Amino acid sequence: MAQIEILESPSQSPPPPQVHGGERKWTDYFTFSTDHKVIGIQYMVTGFIFYLIGGIFAIMMRTELATPEPDFVSPEVYNGLMTLHGTIMLFLWIVPVGAGLANYLIPLMIGARDMAFPRLNAIAFWMIPPSGLLLAVSYFFGPPTAGWTSYPPLSVNTGLVGEGIWILSILIGGTSSILGGLNFSVTMLKMRIPGMTLFKMPLFCWAMLATSMLILIGTPVLAGALILLAFDLFAGTPFFNAAGGGDPVVFQHLFWFYSHPAVYIFVLPLFGAISDVIPVHARKPIFGYQAIAFSSFAISFLGLIVWAHHMFTSGTPPWLRMFFMITTMIIAVPTGIKIFGWLATLWRGKIAYTTAMLFSLGFIATFVIGGVTGVMLAAVPFDIHVHDTYFIVAHFHYILFGGAVFGVYMAVYHWFPKMTGHMLNEFWGRVHFALTFVGMNLTFMPMHELGLMGMNRRVALFDPQFTDLNVMATIGAYLTAVSTIPFLINAIWSWRYGPKAPANPWRALTLEWQTTSPPAIENFEELPVMKTGPYDYGLGYIPEIDPPELYGKKVSEPAAS
Amino acid sequence: MKIPSNILTLLAGVTLTLVSFWYGQNHGLMPVAASHEAELVDELFDAMMVISVGLVLLVEGVLIIAAIRFRRRDGDETDGPHIEGNVPLEILWTSIPAVIVLGISVYSFSLYQEMGGLNLRNQPIEPETVQVAYAADEAGAMPLMASADDASKSTHTASAGIGPTREMAGQPPVTVNVKALQYAFIFTYPESGVISGELKVPVDRGVQLIMQAQDVIHAFWVPELRLKQDIVPGKETELAFIATREGTYPIVCAELCGPYHGAMRSQIVVQSPDEFDTWMQSQIASLDSGVETVAAVPAAERSDADYLAPLAQPLNLDVEADALAQLQPPAHSHGHPPYQLAARLD
Repeated sequence: MAQIEILESPSQSPPPPQVHGGERKWTDYFTFSTDHKVIGIQYMVTGFIFYLIGGIFAIMMRTELATPEPDFVSPEVYNGLMTLHGTIMLFLWIVPVGAGLANYLIPLMIGARDMAFPRLNAIAFWMIPPSGLLLAVSYFFGPPTAGWTSYPPLSVNTGLVGEGIWILSILIGGTSSILGGLNFSVTMLKMRIPGMTLFKMPLFCWAMLATSMLILIGTPVLAGALILLAFDLFAGTPFFNAAGGGDPVVFQHLFWFYSHPAVYIFVLPLFGAISDVIPVHARKPIFGYQAIAFSSFAISFLGLIVWAHHMFTSGTPPWLRMFFMITTMIIAVPTGIKIFGWLATLWRGKIAYTTAMLFSLGFIATFVIGGVTGVMLAAVPFDIHVHDTYFIVAHFHYILFGGAVFGVYMAVYHWFPKMTGHMLNEFWGRVHFALTFVGMNLTFMPMHELGLMGMNRRVALFDPQFTDLNVMATIGAYLTAVSTIPFLINAIWSWRYGPKAPANPWRALTLEWQTTSPPAIENFEELPVMKTGPYDYGLGYIPEIDPPELYGKKVSEPAAS
Repeated sequence: MKIPSNILTLLAGVTLTLVSFWYGQNHGLMPVAASHEAELVDELFDAMMVISVGLVLLVEGVLIIAAIRFRRRDGDETDGPHIEGNVPLEILWTSIPAVIVLGISVYSFSLYQEMGGLNLRNQPIEPETVQVAYAADEAGAMPLMASADDASKSTHTASAGIGPTREMAGQPPVTVNVKALQYAFIFTYPESGVISGELKVPVDRGVQLIMQAQDVIHAFWVPELRLKQDIVPGKETELAFIATREGTYPIVCAELCGPYHGAMRSQIVVQSPDEFDTWMQSQIASLDSGVETVAAVPAAERSDADYLAPLAQPLNLDVEADALAQLQPPAHSHGHPPYQLAARLD
């Protein structure tokens, strides 16, 4: 990477005619636009709206669980809330928001003018709102109550409407995801600017390649399982009905064949994003580029052969339990490579306490806890004790909240100036981080003990001996809910009134920062040239800074220097 | 004069190791261990806690130290050193975790074997086997047993679960058939025909549960035994264990089985062999005198309140059963009952 010639920057001489050329009218975001940047923001904002809806469901659940009795909502409503919370958070928040980031960033990072298939891209996005509305509205017509895993026979005998809506919604969302995965991989493989080899791509692109592979292999299997389930539900076929010669455990295999890799579909994009954020805010190259790039692929390959660890207490024979235990254990190795790589990047760097960096630090700090409990859960004898308990709930929230949600916030604080042309307020960003970090740990840390001591998950009523820890978790959940308020206000206010962002506020080296903020309609006035590798910090390259007179008022020093 | 940094690192490492070992042994996060299997699981958990606490402290420690020591000073716009990697270091942090997780795998495998996890298929259920001949070979006298399949076509070959441990080979276990249904467990002692709503077992003697589900998937879990197994419709699953500590422990359904999943609980009473025998005799006596105690078929028109009454009591809920029933939405638009009452006992 280091040996790329430094070319004279061509864009220096005439100031671009329209610095904020890319700024869009707000109405553009409600159109069938084929611009990847519009679609990216559409995905992310839609995802965030569903995050708030899923969050409201979570708050209702935690309110119910503040006391052992089922007094706030009835157990049946609780099961609906729990099912919708899980489904919305996974399929309508994390997946779309990852797709949104990928949509926005991939073409910019590889110097392309758009995605490979712009119209397909718009179609993929416009499947998300109907999919989500169906689910959210199902709350009023008897929601699905069989959990986001929807195991038969429970799922086929707890209400036709809710379960039918659930299946339809996920089929639509899954199709959208497949179209996205196809588009991302073709774009990255075919549309890089000349000179950008695969090993000069930013690590976010590597992570998205690995993610796309998982989407393309896994999602069709889920679709197949759901269609069979729909036949069982509507036509009375016995695919998963033991009484008719079917087998309910087969559904679990098909479901988890997608849904374990799905965990990596959720977090790999953020693994990629953090690998791009840390070097910028620590002014140091990513440590072990190739190891981190390959570890994404190792994770996605191994991710395909670990699914039955969700079924250690199910109808699985002993040899199968042992096989999946070992594969699951091994997946800790590539994950460890990433974590140690990020730590080594920070070491001896020059760490700016920007909000993006704080969320990166929070990401690593919480994700590692979810990681070690993951290794524990892989051990079959221990998993038999804690399977389907709050220990599991704690574990996957440390991955999905500590990893994915922190990662999304990190990405938003980092790329918001590029996306909107305005800086976010750093003070309220830090407040947001502090509240989220404390709230998150207060919510999910006590759940480890709850699970170990004997509290099962998915219950609206519980043994009174667990009251204290549950109250603690509920307080934490309220705090986490409150923590989104500063973010919401900050994001909405800054989008309109925030100080104008320069092209490259963080002095980053990847290509997306070489164009204006927000980028012009076709991304680059002229195709960018790779002057440096994406992580060549410490070699004396100084990214160009826009002359401050281009902006109405002086840009506040963003890098918290 | 400053203390050399490698001495500080060494001290930090020693402290971290000591803290990890101390916490791993003294976490107090597990309920009492009431079975041999529970002791094995706790042994594994403690070992994993030592490693995990060490790893988490290491990562968090490095994060905090880096964040403080390498923070950007005011006005410093320069970059850090250009370090792209360090292959020996990367090999080190790839291979150490690999060795650790493979070690945990092997350790878990041997514990699982000791718990009887691999003894499912080759261990036909006791009562059905019949001795048909006696043959002597060089290894010693071996009774020839008729294979379980021949003895009875209804022989159980469990498709999943935890089989008997080596300690249970000595005497025939107490076999209990478990039937799970929304939202109760029913325990049948096949040798005597006794039916019970709670599981009574003698201490220090093998117990074998043969489990079947009537409606949806349930799971049998006793936290104090550290044992859990799903009960899947159309399959037979088993759990075998030796309870080692007298007492009463909760039995929890751990697989979502409907709205009142949280109320699907029972208890296991581990008694001295004498107490167990006395209880068993009294149950048999009441069976003989025709007093139908437990197997009463709930009438279809039983109200929700009647149904929930026994559930409210063991949960210590501060509400009347009527109030519980009130929480039910009155009408069910989709035409399915919210749960099926225990309609039939075979």
